[in-house]
Amino acid sequence: MAKMHVKLNVNGAEVEGLAEPRTLLIHFLREQLSLTGPHIGCETSHCGACTVDLNGKSVKSCTVFVAQANGAKVTTIEGIANADGTLHALQEAFREHHGLQCGFCTPGMITRAYRLLQENPDPSETEIRYGISGNLCRCTGYQNIVKAIRAAADELNASREAAQ
Amino acid sequence: MIPGSFEYHRPDSVDGAVALLNEHGDEARLLAGGHSLIPMMKLRMAVPSHIVDLQAIESLHGISEEGGEIVIGALTTQHEVLASALLAGKCPILPEAAALIADPQVRYCGTIGGNVANGDPGNDMPAIMQALGATYRAVGPNGSRDIAARDYYEAAYFTALEENEVLTQIRIPTPAAGHGAAYEKQKRKIGDYATAAAAVILTMDGGRCSSASIALTNVAATPLYAEAAAAALVGTDLGEAAVDTAVRLAEEITEPTSDGRGPADFRTHVAGVMVRRAIARAQKNAG
Repeated sequence: MAKMHVKLNVNGAEVEGLAEPRTLLIHFLREQLSLTGPHIGCETSHCGACTVDLNGKSVKSCTVFVAQANGAKVTTIEGIANADGTLHALQEAFREHHGLQCGFCTPGMITRAYRLLQENPDPSETEIRYGISGNLCRCTGYQNIVKAIRAAADELNASREAAQ
Repeated sequence: MIPGSFEYHRPDSVDGAVALLNEHGDEARLLAGGHSLIPMMKLRMAVPSHIVDLQAIESLHGISEEGGEIVIGALTTQHEVLASALLAGKCPILPEAAALIADPQVRYCGTIGGNVANGDPGNDMPAIMQALGATYRAVGPNGSRDIAARDYYEAAYFTALEENEVLTQIRIPTPAAGHGAAYEKQKRKIGDYATAAAAVILTMDGGRCSSASIALTNVAATPLYAEAAAAALVGTDLGEAAVDTAVRLAEEITEPTSDGRGPADFRTHVAGVMVRRAIARAQKNAG
């Protein structure tokens, strides 16, 4: 089948490539763009390890064709850090609060938490748990992930207030 | 887990989508949110050679009220259903149910049109649409027609929609102000289909039930509109005897399969429990 020309904005940069329409977004990101932060976990849209931000929504990139994402804006874990290279508050909080053990789920978990905090900057613990219910972690028991997201929310809110 | 090859189309109008379906027949499949179709394609249970992506068709988006009907564009996502102030006020069973579907990432993609259209017996919205008395608008080469949700489902994945038709809208008679509704779903975990689920919509008048409808999810090859069960509630005060009768009548029409969610008998029992809980909560919500 003929390849199609696709053009996306990924982590702020315009990228182009040739791909079969059936190529899954996760494969395009990892294999053509060498963005190996988003992981392939279950490949069945359950685990959330492949989560990326697509046009302002968290999506499981194993269940999106690159053809569907043609023309879209994508953010992966590689694009989450601050412009000056310092870690994003979420990344910092995951480190500080030990929000990971093996780290396999972490890129998807942080990318999802990033969108959650954009939509709800002051989530309760219940809202955090519901908000990350599409991301599985088999190590931590989630306690420290929830703590880290809550701490990042506090940090982001404090710096927003300081800026005003 | 690589799907078969296909040619990709992204029409910007319903007519354009219909023309593609007409041209390619059963070789073509419509793609909305993709969260039913893409998993099926990965398993090669679906191997379409043409994919018609509906995302660029603006007229398929949005939730509005038009002269006594709530109109939901087929491409409205579950996330948008969940966030809709109009639905929260006038038809709260829809956001309530959307919150029980899959997980946040899937709800950003999954559409209400896809959920009702594809005939997967595990989907939650079809039974709710039957309970609400909704109709689906289908557009084909010869114009549009409306199909009642209660007549739409023929067997698992077989529906009244023709190969060259696009389901464009869901039209719901605006439920009476003061109606009570509830959707009770038992599932094993986030992202699972229901072991059994029940939608109940009723109105109360002076302590008596003046109208009721009940429908069931995932306990047969299609959603089940439980007409006799609902009729057993009308005119009663929803006392124990009436509810027992409704639960029994609902259980009687179930035909679940035994699967990982439990043996058939258990799933029928759970359906009855869901009906009982949904009646109680709908009654509480009425008024």
